[in-house]
Amino acid sequence: MSGGDAIPEFSKTKAGAKAGDGHDVSLTNLSAFASGPGIKSGKEVAAILAVAVIIIGGIELALRLFHVPLYIMPPPSSIAYALFDEFPLIAPHLGYTLVELISGFTIGAVIGLVMAAVITQFPFAEKIVAPYILLLVTTPMLALVPLLILRFGFGYTPRIIAVALAAGPMVMINAATGFRRVDSAKIALARSYGASTLQIFWKIRAPMALPMILVGLMIGAIFGLLTAVGAEMVGGGFGLGNRLTTYSSMIQMPQFFAVVLILSTLGILIYVLFFLIGKKWASWEA
Amino acid sequence: MNAGSATTPKLGVQAATKVYHTASGDLLALDRCSLDVHANEIVSIVGPSGCGKTTLLWSMSGLHRLTSGGIKLDGKEITGPHPDIGIVFQEANLLPWRNLDANIHFPFEIKGEKPDRAWIAHLINRVGLDGFGGKFPRELSGGMQQRAAIVRALALKPSVLLMDEPFGALDSFTREEMNRLVEEIWLDTKTTIVFITHSIEEAIFLSDRVVVLSARPGRVAREYRVPFARPRSLEIMATKEVFDLTNKIKMDIVGARSRPKAPDRPTAEIVRIRP
Repeated sequence: MSGGDAIPEFSKTKAGAKAGDGHDVSLTNLSAFASGPGIKSGKEVAAILAVAVIIIGGIELALRLFHVPLYIMPPPSSIAYALFDEFPLIAPHLGYTLVELISGFTIGAVIGLVMAAVITQFPFAEKIVAPYILLLVTTPMLALVPLLILRFGFGYTPRIIAVALAAGPMVMINAATGFRRVDSAKIALARSYGASTLQIFWKIRAPMALPMILVGLMIGAIFGLLTAVGAEMVGGGFGLGNRLTTYSSMIQMPQFFAVVLILSTLGILIYVLFFLIGKKWASWEA
Repeated sequence: MNAGSATTPKLGVQAATKVYHTASGDLLALDRCSLDVHANEIVSIVGPSGCGKTTLLWSMSGLHRLTSGGIKLDGKEITGPHPDIGIVFQEANLLPWRNLDANIHFPFEIKGEKPDRAWIAHLINRVGLDGFGGKFPRELSGGMQQRAAIVRALALKPSVLLMDEPFGALDSFTREEMNRLVEEIWLDTKTTIVFITHSIEEAIFLSDRVVVLSARPGRVAREYRVPFARPRSLEIMATKEVFDLTNKIKMDIVGARSRPKAPDRPTAEIVRIRP
């Protein structure tokens, strides 16, 4: 054109010159959604299955070949049999653990979410509360279980409290990160149409925070499971954690590993659940 | 659309002054900046970077409160966001978790009004986004995102459209296309447009008037009328008039940006280079 490119002032090299989605926050945490179980081709499935068969078969073979005693490491086949055989006896304990996990997690998550939403509106309050939240996040809540048992006995109560204490801060700290992602342009957009503070929260802040909230819920649920099982191992006569201590004290290793297998499955289910929710509701970011 | 009397500008900026209070001290962004935009006019604002163009535009939109001075829409002072003023932001500013339709319906949702479907369909057709309603912003090119943002801004039928460097992030071809689109829309709606840009060519192509702001604190340094008839073709951009006008504006901006520095080095050294 008219030689307007001689003066650097006019060259359009703004930061973020790529007309992308407007905000490029990179959250390493979100890779959990990006690199999760995806659609796999038949070939991949076959390879995965083959590797699994080789590993499990190899372990089975090695354990039998070297006559490893059952109380040290039971072969996979006996674990599978124990899982099948003992499942009616284990199932109620799975139920107890799930009750503790779900109720504790729900309480913790709701409190964590509300606190995150409120606290992030008041940066000053956030600064004051932050150290305590960090303390809650970093302290293993299991450490409080003996104390909770002293106060609340051997029932559900201490366990649910412990789960809530473990999950809540995890949810809160991640959700707060989400709510803190203020995109002033998007808020300005809403304000330009006369949006109220509440509308800005529900239509801008909350959806923007959602991916981080989901990460928080996932981590919170996993920590909740950990804490529930740990609390059951500390005291009380029921729950999957209690089964672990019982079976190991009776040197029933196949049954012990069957419970471990159930716990792993629970963990994976939690992960897959939040992965799917994330894929449905937060895929615009991942 | 109210043409307004000759004395009442559509949008009047009166001695707008804006001071930002930052950690490193007060920053005077606008200093008694006055500017009238008349009904059905396209006015571009250019100026050195950091001169307060965006501050001025955000103040016009009612999103920023001025430290002193005022903004009048049809002669009435505005104190906050006004439904008669639409904004197109830098980089489309679509909500990434909503598809295009939901993005375009966003203003109605906030206002609690039923979307004017016939008008929206007309706009979507106008900008060439038919059939893209279900797509998410990330699935679209920058140009298409900005088209959607224009539809969103016009959906509530504002009488003033403020555009804040809307095409700064687009490549030059898309940009020219978008400029023509803005003119088309203007021919269609005669919406008063205030357009902020870094590109003098864009300003000249689009505007009836180009306003040059001085370096910070921003004030109107100069104004140019652009006399070409509409619709304008890209060919006019190659004429001598445009060339001269571009250079004049450029000189204004360079002059406004920095006090003329005495060349330390003899310029002859540069001139002497021969092919």
